[in-house]
Amino acid sequence: MKIAVCAKHVPEATAQRRLDPQTKRLDRSGEGTLNQFDVHAVEEALKLRDSGADAEGEVVIVSLGPERALEAMRKALAMGADRVLLVSDEGAAGSDLVATSRVLAAALEREGADLVLFGQQANDSDGAVLWAAVADRLQRPLISQVAELTHEDGKVRGKRQTEFGYDVIEAPLPAVIAVSDAINEPRYPSLKGIMGAKKKPQETVSLGDLRVGAEEAGETGSRTEVYALSDPPARGDIQKIEDDGSGAEKIVQFLQEKKAL
Amino acid sequence: MKPSDYPPPVDSAEFVAAPGDAEIEVGVLIVGAGPAGLACAIRLGQLLEEAPELAERLGEVPVAVLEKGKQPGSHLLSGAVVNPRSLRRLFKDRVRSDEMPFFGRVEHESVYFLTPKRALRIPAPPTMRNNGNYVASLSQLGRWLAGQAEEAGAMILPETTGQRLLVGDGRVRGVQTGDKGRGRNGEELPNFVPGDEVQAKVTVLAEGTQGHLTGVALDRFGLQGDNPQVWALGVKEVWKVAKPLGRVIHTMGWPLRPGAKYREFGGSFIYPMGDDMVTIGMVVGLDYRDVELSVHDVLQELKTHPLVRKLLEGGERVAWGAKTIPEGGFLALPKRLHAPGLLIAGDGAGLVNVPALKGIHYAVESGKLAAEAAFAALQRGEAPGRRGALAGYDEALEESFVWRDLKQVRNMRPAFGRGFWLGGAMAGLMTASRGNFPPGDASLEHDAEQELIRTDRAKSYPVPDGKLTFDKLSSVFLSGNQTRDDAPNHLRVRDRVPPEIAELWARMCPAQVYEVGEDAGDGDVQVEVTPSNCVQCGAITAKGGRLTPPEGGSGPEYKLT
Amino acid sequence: MKTLVFLEHHEGKLQKDSLGVLGKAAALGGEVEAVLLGEEVEGLASEAGKHGASRVYVADDVLLAAPLPQPRVDALESLVIEGGHDTVLFAASVLSADVAAGLAARLRAGLNWDLTDLVEEDGRLVGKRPALGDSVYVDVGWTSAPRLALIRSGTFEPAETGGSAEVEKIEPRLQDFSLAARMVEQAHEESEGPSIEDADVIVAGGRGLGGPENFVLVEELAKALGGAVAATRAVVDAGWYPYAAQVGQTGKTVSPKLYVAVGISGAIQHKVGMQSSGLIVAINKDPNAPIFEYADLGVVGDLHEIVPKLTELVRARKAA
Repeated sequence: MKIAVCAKHVPEATAQRRLDPQTKRLDRSGEGTLNQFDVHAVEEALKLRDSGADAEGEVVIVSLGPERALEAMRKALAMGADRVLLVSDEGAAGSDLVATSRVLAAALEREGADLVLFGQQANDSDGAVLWAAVADRLQRPLISQVAELTHEDGKVRGKRQTEFGYDVIEAPLPAVIAVSDAINEPRYPSLKGIMGAKKKPQETVSLGDLRVGAEEAGETGSRTEVYALSDPPARGDIQKIEDDGSGAEKIVQFLQEKKAL
Repeated sequence: MKPSDYPPPVDSAEFVAAPGDAEIEVGVLIVGAGPAGLACAIRLGQLLEEAPELAERLGEVPVAVLEKGKQPGSHLLSGAVVNPRSLRRLFKDRVRSDEMPFFGRVEHESVYFLTPKRALRIPAPPTMRNNGNYVASLSQLGRWLAGQAEEAGAMILPETTGQRLLVGDGRVRGVQTGDKGRGRNGEELPNFVPGDEVQAKVTVLAEGTQGHLTGVALDRFGLQGDNPQVWALGVKEVWKVAKPLGRVIHTMGWPLRPGAKYREFGGSFIYPMGDDMVTIGMVVGLDYRDVELSVHDVLQELKTHPLVRKLLEGGERVAWGAKTIPEGGFLALPKRLHAPGLLIAGDGAGLVNVPALKGIHYAVESGKLAAEAAFAALQRGEAPGRRGALAGYDEALEESFVWRDLKQVRNMRPAFGRGFWLGGAMAGLMTASRGNFPPGDASLEHDAEQELIRTDRAKSYPVPDGKLTFDKLSSVFLSGNQTRDDAPNHLRVRDRVPPEIAELWARMCPAQVYEVGEDAGDGDVQVEVTPSNCVQCGAITAKGGRLTPPEGGSGPEYKLT
Repeated sequence: MKTLVFLEHHEGKLQKDSLGVLGKAAALGGEVEAVLLGEEVEGLASEAGKHGASRVYVADDVLLAAPLPQPRVDALESLVIEGGHDTVLFAASVLSADVAAGLAARLRAGLNWDLTDLVEEDGRLVGKRPALGDSVYVDVGWTSAPRLALIRSGTFEPAETGGSAEVEKIEPRLQDFSLAARMVEQAHEESEGPSIEDADVIVAGGRGLGGPENFVLVEELAKALGGAVAATRAVVDAGWYPYAAQVGQTGKTVSPKLYVAVGISGAIQHKVGMQSSGLIVAINKDPNAPIFEYADLGVVGDLHEIVPKLTELVRARKAA
């Protein structure tokens, strides 16, 4: 079974992430790392590959990002993934959901995987819900928010976490699955894995290689834009009171005023 | 009462193991991706480029560097004003100074003696002149050096600790890396992966201050010198500022107390990082005596001084970190810095010039010399495990400016054990006489041997206001520390001690790892430990405990320190 | 402006968030229409009318019975193309997020999500959304029509405008690949109360509780409020409560409408896990606890006195 994992290179989750006041987008100029949520998808892909009966299993990491994203993707290779396919092209910078899904779908078509996995969100809140857009472009069935995944006879079953509890949904392969971070505990890369990562195939392609037109990607290919940054609305007046015996009543009053009760 | 009365439950022998089957073999294994380790890797790369047959003999991975942080730089912290001399020697004409990640040359500098309200300008002691030196972030420098090392052919293995020294037939054969995925009680979690044995022909320990395997090696091979090492704790912050600082500042005096009974040796530094950032740090010798001394809080106090407040006005804190500095200098150097199959370089060896506040260029130089010694031994075809095969390292070091500088200032730091004024006077004499007067060698006492006193010091610490002054927990957060909570405790301390000792540790630790717990009977209290706060500064090792390496990848993620 | 609002329903009721978004659409003006997809959902159309829709499209099909996204994308696609709606609004949920994103790809239309407000500014529609853990806000827009938007849960309160809607039945053509996924077993409301990620109300306990035996105070209050129980790192470390309930930097991040912090100092490691909560109420006996710097209502006092009383009062209010 060939499994493709869509992974993202994101700025590190340190206290210093910031929005660039010029572009009004996340400042991605610094070091980056493999999006933590995608690590769960990588882990799930590895488990599926290794439990598969066929000796032909392959896990390929597909990513859209700058050249240096390759370094971040190496973590996936160190964990045991087989290859990386990076789409790196100036023309794709600033892509929104519509543009990104177009590019990723083109790369995934090229790979022809049986299963496409996504992590459930990106810590930079840019990639949320990408899986549904990609599934539509690929015209494949989709199961998202999967907290448990099983595979049998050319079908996958996912336990989907919703506001109302868990659904169990089944889809035939080829399919697109977005996994939640509750699905597994990702493995640590072994030292041998880290040492061998650099030697594994890492391919970089451009938009042209994927036959994606310049007008379909980047800002031109996007349909949303960012106008401005602003401060969050003030939380409102903060109140601090001493309990003189009526503390509980005051809380109830407050909750009623705020319509929380 | 002194901390040394309550030694930690740890035995170096725990960290030595016999080598097994060689599953992972490299040519030269360097532990620590700091300036010493990376300089060693870079120099080896240069030498191996000219010696392809030897490179071939060393196998697929001729040079590997283990780094316990998430990436090189994550655990690096210093002031710093760097003497570019060693870097120039290392790179020769391949890289120019302006290509190195420096923040600018030191053009102006001032030294102040502070009182609570005033700043008295004093002439810079000759040991502290910084003409021709550059301000740098060691973390950034480390990151850059790692890139250079990789280009030179080294393989850098981050998130990997050196846990045990592999010793067979009396020689060092490599290192066993740390386990990952253990739970709070040491149990194996579902994603547990045991450490690996990495065997190498030569192992270079470049672990920095309080090097874990360095300590183990000194014990195992009887390399301890006549004097114990002593340390200082440095806590620093980086600020975005409204006005450029334009000069390098050092201060002495307030908030530290000059009297001999306090033994508060240290001072502060304030360096410009370009035009829009400034780094400010407080460094205090860990031989201090007051139970209530907290270097982090003294730093917060320092910021309330009118001179400093003005510099930080309109600014914003963007980084924080802490790390110990070995201060024993020449007198605390081990008997030898090599053993069969082993070399020790950098801060781990104690190559720091305290009066000049310099260690980085010695680290780089020692790393370079270590590389040359290892290369020479390997090229001669000698088993580097043969006794004396690596002696060339010590010889080269003793011929170098590193040795010369350290020897000259060898008695200065101990002089300050007599208090600021007397110490200062003696330091002046020593400088003038180039270390010849007073003759002979002073001696050092272990930091944990200092008798404790209590003086109500905590009363003057500012209550954190979240704008100028900050508490420890929000500082730990700013260091990028996201260590998982259920990791095993990597800090070896007694769990029941007298309340003074517990309080000493609680105040000392800049990351609020220790807290005074419940009554434990017999006048003792429980020591509450939150190991996930630990930023691996090493202070506990100086004051009665022992820091061992936690899981690789944990701890701070410094970027600007 | 011609807006289409996707209405979500569960067990025979329209979801509150959907109605809230419908009300907002009505407030923005222009033609406001809604769409109801499912099996036997026509009865809900009048409710939609009361909340601002002038027309409700209803597709009643067994193939739409299960809350799966892809058939809904097919239905909405033809609806939007034929209806010429320039704006399509969704109240965010697991289902609607997948529908909105699928529709965006299908129509090559811009989708902005996690919006906490929608306004008309300078003749264009502007969405406001938080970023970087709610520490900064971003104004976002669309470069073409239709404009798709996912509104953060709890943003708009439903308001009855008292109108009525025309019902139009539709029979969308559903694609094969859209029907490939099938619901094997559908979720039913958990009997133990909401998980902390989905809870609207969370009561969290910290070191101030004094011991694990006092967590019962937190549990009782949570039950009275209909919420979930959370814990700080310190108490989880100490073994007083399981890790699954931990909120904070190394635990879960939550954003309930109400967060009651009991005996919690509120250091930043905890704060980053709950700072985007709608309302924060804190009870702590230490007046200098950092949590008082950002709690909407902070009460300095003994939690052992305040919490039981609070629980009683809440129960009484709810019973009334």
